[in-house]
Amino acid sequence: MNRNPNPRLDPDPSSVGFTEAKTIRLAGEADPFALDSGAVIGPVEVEYESYGELSAGKDNVVLIVHALSGDAHVAGWDRNAQASGRGWRLRKPGWWDPVVGPGKAIDTNQFFVLCANVLGSCYGTTGPSSINPQTGRPYGLAFPAVTVSDWVRLQARLLDALGLERVYAVVGGSLGGQQAMEWTLALPERVEKSIILAASPRLSAQGVAFNSVGRYSIVNDPNFNGGDYYDRDQPTIGLAAARMLAHITYLSEQSIDGKFGRKLNNGNVNGHGFGAEFEVESYLDHQGNDFVERFDANSYLYITRAMDYYDAAARWGGGDLVEACRRIRSRVLLVSFSSDWLYPPAQCREFALAMCRAGRPVTYIETPSRYGHDAFLVETEAVGKLLHHFLERKD
Amino acid sequence: MDDKNPGAASAPATTPRVPRWQDAIIEREIPAGSSVLDLGCGSGELLSRLIRNQGVRGQGVELDPAAVVECVARGVPVFHIDLDRGLTGFADRSFDYVIMEETLQTLRRPLEILQEMLRVGRHGIVSFPNFAYWKLRFELAASGRMPVTESLPHRWYDSPNIHLFTLEDFLDWARERGVMVRQGWSLVEGEVRPLGPHDNLQAEEVLLFTEME
Repeated sequence: MNRNPNPRLDPDPSSVGFTEAKTIRLAGEADPFALDSGAVIGPVEVEYESYGELSAGKDNVVLIVHALSGDAHVAGWDRNAQASGRGWRLRKPGWWDPVVGPGKAIDTNQFFVLCANVLGSCYGTTGPSSINPQTGRPYGLAFPAVTVSDWVRLQARLLDALGLERVYAVVGGSLGGQQAMEWTLALPERVEKSIILAASPRLSAQGVAFNSVGRYSIVNDPNFNGGDYYDRDQPTIGLAAARMLAHITYLSEQSIDGKFGRKLNNGNVNGHGFGAEFEVESYLDHQGNDFVERFDANSYLYITRAMDYYDAAARWGGGDLVEACRRIRSRVLLVSFSSDWLYPPAQCREFALAMCRAGRPVTYIETPSRYGHDAFLVETEAVGKLLHHFLERKD
Repeated sequence: MDDKNPGAASAPATTPRVPRWQDAIIEREIPAGSSVLDLGCGSGELLSRLIRNQGVRGQGVELDPAAVVECVARGVPVFHIDLDRGLTGFADRSFDYVIMEETLQTLRRPLEILQEMLRVGRHGIVSFPNFAYWKLRFELAASGRMPVTESLPHRWYDSPNIHLFTLEDFLDWARERGVMVRQGWSLVEGEVRPLGPHDNLQAEEVLLFTEME
């Protein structure tokens, strides 16, 4: 992305510009937040960002929900990147910057856009690296298990705190897509439109298996120390390996082949060693190293587990997805991507079909793409067009 | 125009479709508040009017990606799927009306979809070009080549119409399967009129409202 990283010098009219996250306390030690697991947690602080102006009728709220490694910094440039120890944000704008901004598909001239970091993550919302009030030390693995439903209930609590009764639209991809799905099932009266990208009603066994190998490499890292590593060397090798593996599942055979082929790093000479000989190996190394700079290994464990456990049918239909879909009152746009093998089109389609069987109109689109699961972030033109049209008020 | 033909990849879906004569009748005959499934709904013009003007619960099905985007722009719920994969996702009798305008002849397995149509819908509305129309018969007889007309504008090699049939062919099938044609209209020399006894010869296109006996 060739953009001037300093919007002060060269203001980009299609950027939300400098952003400043806010933190809000949504539960205290005395009135903790109740979780699906039966455990409670308090205090709970949530970091969120917002762009655009709330309308007088408070009817223009677009809630964006982020994926596994995402955060509340959706668009623009973080004003406090350096001070908050998130120096990597100086290099690039928020994770969905091409789609969110003035005049963009999610138009901040028109909508009040809100995104909150999920519980258990490591970007300002309470998570395993936060201080456990009972010990005065970071939670580590003493942090309670969290679920997609917990996240949605906490987001609803954020809206309550901000005085927002309804959201015009909730939008998310991947694990964010599952949160958008959960919103439309759990809080049908509060959502007008729901946009679910590259997400199915539950992760396949193959997806769980990938997550499992990622967790295995983290908990077996010599530095893991039962999750208690915050004052010493971090389990970076395990976390990097988890990210490298996961990253492969975000691409497709076609996109990896097209990008790297079998090209070697060293002028096409075999080094006969076991370092990064192929370009694709260097790329994965880079992905892994980049990730450990900005992510917490414990958060990775908690969030992938939430991803494994999510099952829309089990939660809302006693195992019957059609029954679950009878709850839906919002308009739903579901988009899958042809080469996505983490949330394959056939699995995404199941939700749309269940909605049809439940007598709920639905828009389901299978977008042709060679970018695999990443397509929901990469295919900004195709996705942007759909978002723009779907968000448009028709009456 | 063939933007309603799911297989017609060459047809530019962005070209506004001339309203079909069938649309006016469908809009007139479908009671307000019905539920309607439109198979091969194209850019969603008909459904959009039915939803807006008659308060129907509408669902479109379309294969052409550009047409699907136009449906979204119109606010028409659309399922992007190949009809030849069947309608297995839809429950029995889950719609009052299932519409299939000018699509049947483009499908690989037309009979399966017809049956599915009458499983999923209480009424099936189907329209198609009648290949026994006298002008087609004449042209075929006189020139010895596949006829090219206004309602069948393609040549043999670029036609999305892979299963051409006649009104009588359809009525034979209906009789065999216990399908009742409740009402019908035909396009005869540019005029729309109720289905007549000689329409296998006279009708260029037909529109039939069917249901299981």
